[in-house]
Amino acid sequence: MQPILSIQNLSIEYRARRGRVRAIRNVSFDVQRGEAVALIGESGSGKTTLGLGIVQLLPGTARVTQGRAIYRRSRDGAPSEIDTLQLKGRALREFRWKECAMVFQSALNALNPVLRISDQFADTAQAHGYLQGRALHARAEELLKLVRLDPDRVWRSFPHELSGGMRQRVLIALSLLLEPQLLILDEPTTALDILTQRNIMDVLKDLRHKLDFSLLFISHDLALAAELTDRVATVYAGKIVELASVETTFKEPAHPYTIGLINAVPTLKGTKEDLSSIPGSPPDLVEMPAGCKFHPRCPLVESRCKEEEPELVEVKPGHQTACWNWRSAREALQTHKVQG
Amino acid sequence: MPTPIITLDHVTRTFSVKRQTITAVDDVNLSIREGEIICLVGESGCGKTTTGKMIAGVLPASAGRILYLGADISKLTGTERKKFRLGVQMIHQDPYASLNPAHTISAIIAAPLRHHGFTQGETQTQQRVRKLLETVDLTPPDDFLDKYPHQLSGGQRQRVSVARALTVAPSFLVADEAVSMVDVSIRISLLNMLSKLKDAMGLSVLFITHDLALAKYFAWEGRIGVMYLGRLVELSPARWLVEHPQHPYTQVLLSAIPEADPEATRHKKRIELRSMDVPSLLRLPTGCSFHPRCPQFLGEVCEQVTPALVESDGAMVACHRVTRPAPRATEL
Repeated sequence: MQPILSIQNLSIEYRARRGRVRAIRNVSFDVQRGEAVALIGESGSGKTTLGLGIVQLLPGTARVTQGRAIYRRSRDGAPSEIDTLQLKGRALREFRWKECAMVFQSALNALNPVLRISDQFADTAQAHGYLQGRALHARAEELLKLVRLDPDRVWRSFPHELSGGMRQRVLIALSLLLEPQLLILDEPTTALDILTQRNIMDVLKDLRHKLDFSLLFISHDLALAAELTDRVATVYAGKIVELASVETTFKEPAHPYTIGLINAVPTLKGTKEDLSSIPGSPPDLVEMPAGCKFHPRCPLVESRCKEEEPELVEVKPGHQTACWNWRSAREALQTHKVQG
Repeated sequence: MPTPIITLDHVTRTFSVKRQTITAVDDVNLSIREGEIICLVGESGCGKTTTGKMIAGVLPASAGRILYLGADISKLTGTERKKFRLGVQMIHQDPYASLNPAHTISAIIAAPLRHHGFTQGETQTQQRVRKLLETVDLTPPDDFLDKYPHQLSGGQRQRVSVARALTVAPSFLVADEAVSMVDVSIRISLLNMLSKLKDAMGLSVLFITHDLALAKYFAWEGRIGVMYLGRLVELSPARWLVEHPQHPYTQVLLSAIPEADPEATRHKKRIELRSMDVPSLLRLPTGCSFHPRCPQFLGEVCEQVTPALVESDGAMVACHRVTRPAPRATEL
């Protein structure tokens, strides 16, 4: 079966006073039907830009300089391919919500503060010629229950009457209203408390189990990616530097950045010796270093890394990494850690 | 036993909101020794930041006493008060907001040195500024002296905040979510720097965070205090707290945290709460404030009696379940 979404050689830039900010550089990857893919990386790595690009919600200063985002429709008759970056007008509106929905980081700003939750559902439904009146209410009730909210409590409420976690769940329910095949979640639990985050994670796992949608999960939190997704793409300086199944990413990472990131996050079980930080700081996207963008921070840097940027190569089927030293990276960094 | 550097003695803090009173911190007792690291963890609204602000002298306590080296800080005057204000320094969460954008790094660090007379003359001030930048690993200092905060990354800015706090030779640092706005890959290096400073200067640190794994790492030899709705519910040596949590709230928190290991995190045993709703601070539940959500709810006693923080198996715990033997099957 063909992937539901194929990002092909996508590059996105922002115009800034200082120059061009190359937020996404020649990125390609697929999301299979029913699959959950995580984009992990630090702030400023370009992961949110990628999500916004797919649904054409980039700010005016951004420009797609190359590439395609092929979405494969499967409903309503014969399968058809569309490039989401070329959509305009009605076709774009239909693609958003009906085919693909995005849930943003800040749930407080994403809901209209002067509309009751019921009206937010009605607005969306009306704009898309979807159910109305009692039928809509019934559908919304079902969705609100799916995200573990009490419809009687929430339906007539204004956003400010709900807690952060409740608002986030309302947004998730709303995004599912038109049964999208692809859901993009951008840091859906950031700024929420641990117990609320746990609740949202359980809701998402449950939804994936019950409804068969594909998921693009954007997060800086490795643990959330480990729990929810099937495959992980590690993004650094606007490029995917490693792409592998979730098990491989955490058990056999090959890129020094992925390895460094995993070693930099304290865990409940870990000891002090398991942790080490990555030296330096993420690069300036306007004036990026030559060669591999990670080389100024990489413990395995060689002269080649400073001159040529590595492209993704296959480590084993289903596992790709962009590093000149991937063959020795894991072993070298393990010993490096013991010594250092 | 030497006098603790900071002692909280039945400290309570209330705020008036729309003619109603909310209790942000409720009857907290805590002693912090010289050179000790204590992490306060809890969810938003649990009172951890208010506690930090009271210790730093930014907010007065509504009831109870806060002692700095044995003296009540609300009664200090003149030089004694100044000693306390310099001795306890705060590092804020947001390094983008806590540094004056119109001042160079050198000016930001030099100002307190000059103002409080820690250095004499410009040459000495500049020397001290350089030394402080080196202390927080901003090397070579010449690269940073004439920069403005916006020219630095978040991690570098937070190091400047630390350097600024160190200008007045404090003995106690209150760090409120000091690394939560910094990139994941450089958090550990910031924490390591703080640990190093603690060892080198004998600093005590109160580290406020919502991240239990981070707390365990940072407070490795120190203690972690868990707060819930204004009360300290468990206080225990860091690793012991994570490995042997005794309060049901601590247990729930630990079980809820996802792990960066697909196998482990998907099979982790989660403890369900009786209710997801966090009670409003305006209408706190009677008795133990955790009882409406507590998975180990015992009944009447939890609804009516506020449990005291008492010693239990190497920790301090405020829970009726811990202080009373479990009821026999026939009673259930």
